[in-house]
Amino acid sequence: MKFLRNFLDNQEKHFLEGGKLKSLYPLYELTDTFLFTSGNVTKTGSHIRDALDLKRMMITVVYALIPAIAMALYNTGLQANLALQKLGLTVVEGWRGSLLQLLGAGVDPTSILDNVLHGALYFLPIYLLTVIAGGVWEVVFAVVRKHEVNEGFLVTSILFPLILPPDIPWWQVIVGISFGVIIGKEIFGGVGMNILNPALTGRAFLYFAYPAAISGDTAWVAVDGFSRATPLAEFADPALQVSVSVKDAFIGFIPGSMGETSALACLIGAFILIVTKIGSWRIMLSLLLGMVATASLFNFIGSDTNAMFQVTPLWHFVLGGFAFGAIFMATDPVSASMTSQGQWFYGVLIGALTVLVRVINPAYPEGIMLAILFGNVFAPIIDKVFINKNIKRRMLRNV
Amino acid sequence: MSKYKDVLFEPIFKNNPIALQILGLCSALAVTTKMETVLVMSLAVILVTAFSNFSVSLIRNYIPSSIRIVVEMTIIASLVIIADQFIKAFAYDISKQLSIFVGLIITNCIILGRAEAFALKNPPGISFVDGIGNGIGYSLVLIIVGFFRELVGSGKLVGMTILPLHTEGGWYVPNGLFLLSPSAFILIGFIIWALRTWKPEQVEEE
Repeated sequence: MKFLRNFLDNQEKHFLEGGKLKSLYPLYELTDTFLFTSGNVTKTGSHIRDALDLKRMMITVVYALIPAIAMALYNTGLQANLALQKLGLTVVEGWRGSLLQLLGAGVDPTSILDNVLHGALYFLPIYLLTVIAGGVWEVVFAVVRKHEVNEGFLVTSILFPLILPPDIPWWQVIVGISFGVIIGKEIFGGVGMNILNPALTGRAFLYFAYPAAISGDTAWVAVDGFSRATPLAEFADPALQVSVSVKDAFIGFIPGSMGETSALACLIGAFILIVTKIGSWRIMLSLLLGMVATASLFNFIGSDTNAMFQVTPLWHFVLGGFAFGAIFMATDPVSASMTSQGQWFYGVLIGALTVLVRVINPAYPEGIMLAILFGNVFAPIIDKVFINKNIKRRMLRNV
Repeated sequence: MSKYKDVLFEPIFKNNPIALQILGLCSALAVTTKMETVLVMSLAVILVTAFSNFSVSLIRNYIPSSIRIVVEMTIIASLVIIADQFIKAFAYDISKQLSIFVGLIITNCIILGRAEAFALKNPPGISFVDGIGNGIGYSLVLIIVGFFRELVGSGKLVGMTILPLHTEGGWYVPNGLFLLSPSAFILIGFIIWALRTWKPEQVEEE
């Protein structure tokens, strides 16, 4: 480690005032703080030291995401291997097949290792592209604006691949994360200033720009030419039989976006986020309440023509991206409501809207993405109402 | 003469009706999926704005202030009907694509805005030039937006294939978002961003 420190210290002069690469200082700073703790300390005034800085906070979210990532690797491979089995194939085509053979792995859906390896060959390239493409934009904006590269992108770069289908073309990953980082975050002023969740903004862009790759029946299983609808679509279409059990859907053995299928993995993440007080339990709980109330209302009303009316709150919870969105997306501290009363309102709004879109709108089987973006847009207004209410109350008290 | 020049060129970058005054957005979203419709629409708006400014200015001293909006609307509506008939006569296909939006030029805030803000206070000649200038300022934004929406959204420009589509044996996968109206919002946002980076005096004070 010593030589690394020396190397960095030797290079530092090039990036400081007067050095040749001064404009690229954010790049140096990024490498330095990534490898070592920042050497800067506050010099003046009194200040409070807290172990929870931005870096610790972001890393905790990453820890909370580990179960979901593990499930993403396993389930992506499992779905692909099951599909291969159904089609009667034993070899994977293309570079993934050669690599699997090189590693000595097969395509047996009962083998955990085979599934994880096969899934990793889908997840890792997408993750890598996200980090590179998004990272380039982060550095470009940091250099132009002369500030340090922020840790905020770390979480975005993990969330983004998790909400994509495994089969998505790689260039779309690059286009999507670029849109998410630039339009979703940087033009509003960078980390901490964004109105919308950048990862969801990128996904929404892809969803409307290239719907063929991110909706429909063929997108969700990573085998070419294999079509299997997501369970949500099966519920919506009376011609289809629901092919999964609640237990499978809860654990996550269903086709879908890579990281969102497992409600169980998301709940483990929720536990970590709530215990460490990183994520707001109010938002998670109120989202759940809003969803349960709206879904129950639809169950009560009933409908002869729309099968989605009969879907119970339990199914709504385990299917699609509800758990993932409620726990990791809606709670994004920047784009969510800040006031604790506002968070209740914000959560109920998103939960209710998710069910509304899922049930009432035939064009979109899944509604959590649109609902959260909608909630993000309204979060500042909700906050403003509650802050003003508080100001009024306290003014009355002090008259 | 320089006064005429200022009036003509000022609305193009310095005081653009869409980018700075944020007027006429509705049609900028609605007709910009194709360059063809953009060009026809632009021409119609330039002419209507110019002639409405001219006509309002001619009778500006005779219009009682209390009913001036009614008078202005009558003039604008007549001009729009003429424009609509012209397009129907000479470019029937495009008129069908533009559908209701030619008629809706009447409600385009730019035209009434210029009649109110400029033509009522200035002589006919310069009002006419002001109408042309504002029409061009509007058209410029429309053309930029239409250019990107048609190119990115369907790989074409004025109906000619620039990027061969993958469905027709080419390589380009069209971006469906650019065929939806919200993309025009994003593009206009980019134009405003670029314009205000170039001319920082246009940035509103907070």
